[in-house]
Amino acid sequence: MSHFFLQLLSITVDTAFDVLPIVIIIFGFQFLVIRQPVPHLKQVLLGFLYVLLGLSFFLVGLKQALFPIGELMAKQLTDPVFIYGSLENIPRFFHWSDYRWVYIFAASIGFSTTIAEPSLLAVALKAHEVSAGTISVWGLRVAVALGVAFGIALGTYRIVSGTPLYYYIIGGYVIVIVQTFFAPKMIVALAYDSGGVTTSTVTVPLVTALGLGLASTVPGRSALLDGFGLIAFASLFPIISVMAYAQLSQSRWLGNVKKK
Amino acid sequence: MKNTLISIFKTLYLSLRDLYPIILVIAFFQIVVLHQPIPHLFQLLSGALLVVIGLSLFVQGLQMGLFPIGESMAYAFARKGSLFWLLAFSFALGFGTTIAEPALIAVANKAADVAAAAGVVANTVQAKESYADGLRLTVAFSVGIALIIGVLRILRGWPVQYLIVGGYIGVVIMTFFAPDDIIGIAYDSGGVTTSTITVPLVTALGVGLASSIKGRNPMVDGFGLIAFASLTPMIFVMLFGMMR
Repeated sequence: MSHFFLQLLSITVDTAFDVLPIVIIIFGFQFLVIRQPVPHLKQVLLGFLYVLLGLSFFLVGLKQALFPIGELMAKQLTDPVFIYGSLENIPRFFHWSDYRWVYIFAASIGFSTTIAEPSLLAVALKAHEVSAGTISVWGLRVAVALGVAFGIALGTYRIVSGTPLYYYIIGGYVIVIVQTFFAPKMIVALAYDSGGVTTSTVTVPLVTALGLGLASTVPGRSALLDGFGLIAFASLFPIISVMAYAQLSQSRWLGNVKKK
Repeated sequence: MKNTLISIFKTLYLSLRDLYPIILVIAFFQIVVLHQPIPHLFQLLSGALLVVIGLSLFVQGLQMGLFPIGESMAYAFARKGSLFWLLAFSFALGFGTTIAEPALIAVANKAADVAAAAGVVANTVQAKESYADGLRLTVAFSVGIALIIGVLRILRGWPVQYLIVGGYIGVVIMTFFAPDDIIGIAYDSGGVTTSTITVPLVTALGVGLASSIKGRNPMVDGFGLIAFASLTPMIFVMLFGMMR
């Protein structure tokens, strides 16, 4: 039990140091440049405290529950013994479909960690508020999570097949550019943003473990050179899925506008 | 008092709903695919409970602290009408929050190992450290620049897609000239820059600015700052790789 409190304390101190530069910049500019009292100062400070405590609890919980088992499972699923039955069965040439459970795991872990991602939740809440309820918090989060799921699954396929990263990224860019012409104007900026918010506290450590585990066990791949790139997939494909989500629900939105 | 309790239970319930997909995924793969019992079940469940409490507190704090302060600062800068200080604030926010970002520190250290293995820098602790520091400074600087461009765009009302597509073209061109070993790191560095505390703050700032300026639509113009912050690091990191 004392171990738990020590861990909570040390993570709270770490988080406090991450928050510190932000607090200094905000209050520095507030007092030196804007020179006006902060409205509802007490409430704002209490809010910062909640954010600090909330993130610390969140991280302690992740470290205790999710990260160990996630990393263990990434290791087990990419283990040649699991994939080929035994070490003697490892063929000299393998087929990409041998790793099917890895792709499915990548997609499901990408989807579920994105749903729990706090910064995506923050952006979804704001978008819901600004769009006067047209964009639903849950809908946006599911759209982003589907994009991450597809992206990470494709990214693991890329590691297995050993194809160059930039083919996929540039191909993704082309799709984004084409979609931009057809998507409703109000969603474009939000869609671009949703690429950047998917990958933080929850997703990065698990996805990195999966990428490095995979790159170090697939024959012919190097952990150092092929292990990177999954995060790039996870931040590109949500842009596509969010714009697709907007295109699909466009008719409904237009209906709403007409009613108003 | 009663209302506070109801709102706490409501956020707890919502956080619980956010978490259960992860639990389902783990249970399915562990039991059905890997045929193994779930290790340390108690630890797993108590950890999940902590995550739920943490998410609820975070959302509560977001609505009370981060969103209001981001918006009130945006209004204050708009009223003050000083472009210089607004841009200085944007740069400081981007640079200051990125340089301390733990995910970036981890990626920079890993990148230094890659560079040492590829023979780009000497395989000594000192050389690797200076490489990682250089990379972090590059990314932090590029996020600062990104927020300046993003804020200028909101003020002037430039369409976001031209700038982003221009950035994509920049990334593609740089990809052809940058050394192979830096490309994966550069693409990933775009994703790790924006932390959980920066995102709500920057979003509130953008939306606040767009709603305080006449003729701007907070939905069309307010979002997009984070997109810039995840695009410029790719270009700058590849530039950094070429200069070594």
